Amino acid sequence: MSEEFTPRARRPLHKEVSIDMNPMVDLAFLLLTFFMLTTTFSKPQAMELVMPAKPKADEVVEEKPIKASRVVTLLIGPDDRLFWYRGVEDVQVNETGYGKDGLRDLLFRLDGEIEDLVLLIKPMRECVYENMVDMLDELQITGMQRYAMVPEEPGDRELLVQQGLLQE
Amino acid sequence: MPAVRPRRPSPKLDMNPMVDLAFLLVTFFMLTTTFRTEEPVLVDVPASHSEIKLPDVDMLLITVSEDGRAFVTIEGQDTRRRVLGMMAGHYGVGFTAEQLDAFGLVAGFGVPLERLGAWLELPPSERMRLPQPGIPSDSLNNELRDWTVFTRIANPRVRVAVKGARRAPFPLVKEVMDMLVENNINRFNLITELERSVPVEP
Repeated sequence: MSEEFTPRARRPLHKEVSIDMNPMVDLAFLLLTFFMLTTTFSKPQAMELVMPAKPKADEVVEEKPIKASRVVTLLIGPDDRLFWYRGVEDVQVNETGYGKDGLRDLLFRLDGEIEDLVLLIKPMRECVYENMVDMLDELQITGMQRYAMVPEEPGDRELLVQQGLLQE
Repeated sequence: MPAVRPRRPSPKLDMNPMVDLAFLLVTFFMLTTTFRTEEPVLVDVPASHSEIKLPDVDMLLITVSEDGRAFVTIEGQDTRRRVLGMMAGHYGVGFTAEQLDAFGLVAGFGVPLERLGAWLELPPSERMRLPQPGIPSDSLNNELRDWTVFTRIANPRVRVAVKGARRAPFPLVKEVMDMLVENNINRFNLITELERSVPVEP
């Protein structure tokens, strides 16, 4: 240490330069919290639906008759109820439920029993959207190839009433 | 007199790595975030096992609420503005430049066209608070169809998704689906949430 240094010139060398970083860090964490809470990583899930194209005006759709024994009709009923029957005439209507033990088992069983199974899905007017999505989901899971969504007929409702499954 | 204790070093932590990390994360989140588009109505969607993810851009979302009201969400400010221009021309309803700008910032809405101008004049906080009547989609006045068609014209790459509430009456959702098929949109998505069970293989 030489004596030439005056205390004035010496001071800056010894004093630590310290900036208060706290506000900056506070802000950084605030922003971090904000972005973490607002960011959406999960995109919505969706199922894809391909509808048959509507026939053109001059186009004649030829409908091949299907053997009645290959047809199974699924009626999506009110209050989350689900009815089904085989064939077309003199049918015995059964009731099942959505989900693994009901519809899924039924579809696997029918698919095993009937060759070239054709499913007719008839949503009744009281049914809700969730029933339809469940139905489409089960069809997807069981890998059903032939199914058609058709409007309900008055006969179906009568059938349910006749067999005591539905009140008028 | 007590003996002079040795001076303990004051507990000082080096905060620099933590701050570095905080800033790194801030930067990451700032760059990757896309803000969730405000939904015109909250709906509880049904569950399915499908795991298709939808893109954020080029989407047209038709929401059907539990009470059967229809809402439209169009992604993309520019697309929205062009679609509103086309709708205005088609229906002969005038919109001011401010209303057009306001519409660019509104993601989803459920207001008939003739009331849309007045609705856009409202402050944004007010808009979502007011109950929206839904977009008319009956056969006489099918504005929903026109929104769909014009969105497809404004952005040909648009994908259509239908978001229905669990307990929405199916005939109303069917009407929307039929409308889409009628306009040659045969492929569309149904928004669902993932069901928490594993499908069983036969």
